[in-house]
Amino acid sequence: MKKILTTPIKDEDLADLKIGDIVYLTGRLVTCRDVAHRRLIDQGRELPVDLKGGAIFHAGPIVKKNEAGEFEMVSIGPTTSMRMEKFEKQFIKETGVKLVIGKGGMGPETAEGCAEHKAVHAVFPGGCAVLAATQVERIEGAEWQDLGMPETMWINKVNEFGPLIISIDTKGNNLFEQNKARFNEKKGPILDRIKSQVGFIR
Amino acid sequence: MTEQSPVEVMTDVMTKFTSYIGKRLPTDVKGKLADLRSKETNEMANVLFDSMAANQEAADKLNRPSCQDTGVIQYFITVGAKFPLLGELEEILRNATLGATKLGPLRHNAVEAFDEKNTGTNTGSRIPWLDWEIVPNEDSAIIDVYMAGGGCTLPGASTVLMPGQGYEGVADFVFDVVTSRGINACPPLLVGVGVSTSAETAARLSKKAILRPVDSRHPNANAAKMETLLEEGLNELGIGPQGLTGNSSVMGVNIESSARHPSTIGVAVSTGCWAHRRGRIKFNADLSYNILSHEGVTL
Repeated sequence: MKKILTTPIKDEDLADLKIGDIVYLTGRLVTCRDVAHRRLIDQGRELPVDLKGGAIFHAGPIVKKNEAGEFEMVSIGPTTSMRMEKFEKQFIKETGVKLVIGKGGMGPETAEGCAEHKAVHAVFPGGCAVLAATQVERIEGAEWQDLGMPETMWINKVNEFGPLIISIDTKGNNLFEQNKARFNEKKGPILDRIKSQVGFIR
Repeated sequence: MTEQSPVEVMTDVMTKFTSYIGKRLPTDVKGKLADLRSKETNEMANVLFDSMAANQEAADKLNRPSCQDTGVIQYFITVGAKFPLLGELEEILRNATLGATKLGPLRHNAVEAFDEKNTGTNTGSRIPWLDWEIVPNEDSAIIDVYMAGGGCTLPGASTVLMPGQGYEGVADFVFDVVTSRGINACPPLLVGVGVSTSAETAARLSKKAILRPVDSRHPNANAAKMETLLEEGLNELGIGPQGLTGNSSVMGVNIESSARHPSTIGVAVSTGCWAHRRGRIKFNADLSYNILSHEGVTL
């Protein structure tokens, strides 16, 4: 059965989730990436959207205006979450956001933030931007449009948005860090074998 | 109706082609992904491969860019010295980028350096980026269009090794880049490696390498052997789609090389994500054209 999270998300909704679990999101999803993070954390500006119990998406979509003058979602896939590592722990603390969606892993600071404030990070499959756009029912608002199309905070109403793979859980377990350790463990012997066959300089 | 000028004809084709390649993957990449998907046994990897396939179907059906990051537009031009529009190509490709940005639509991805303003047109200083190779005595032109997305551009790295580090050092460098930053660059990746004389020559060749077909091999036997060894070795790591583990890590490893200074080994890595959006088109002198990268295209 599909596990579906609905905004506003409560602590108990996330308590049993483990890294590697797959969930979907219904409700409100706000795009938030580099500059929006920088404005809140570095510059101390107030976010134009209340994110308490909310979900953010590290994404910079392609949006167009239809004939009626409304925004329409064309293509919205995740961007590299690691770019927000510098800000995310503080961001989670200050906003009360519960679900951070992006691409690839995040680091130890975010994992600490997730454990302290009972939030999770999840991965939406990278590059699957049209699939994601078909799960956006409508765009409800657009804040900080001065930042240009990718960086604007797009407020989306989504329905069963996913698959979302939990990469950091509320205990601070980090799927990508575990995977990286596994890859690094395997790396040595493989490289030794390759190196024994590429001694082309004699 | 007035007839289009040659410049208008070529601009029109390049506008449509630039927009097209953001929506549909080239034939070789599509084939390779289907192949990797059919061999995948990891459950989560299969969920991801299913999402990827569903996405490409939806992009095709809805005629939309398959990934929202349509990149900085780069054109790699191999043009005959006698191609009639040689002198007009720069203007043609700039206008094609402007046109494709509206037609696609493409995301606005050109931020002017130091001013830190998005131009909103995908054009800016030296953007679209043009790379030139002039072929004497030819009168045709081959243009590779590449959408350099942010995610798969981030791992890019180049360095200069000492000869004592040898090709062993090249293998170390490639593995370090792929296992550290490549994981977040939407694997399975196409890995391009440049082996050359300095940092910038290796970097350029590493990008040219990912324009080559996925399963192609370097003409030199040692280089081809190294391509195979790196590909098999990286796959053995089992990075899987999105770095979430699986049976594969890469779609392939392509090496491009040049002669080098006896005291240096320039090495660079460029990565292409699974949604490797590139296209190759050949124009003849009369501006008739063939699309070499995608089968069954009507622009």
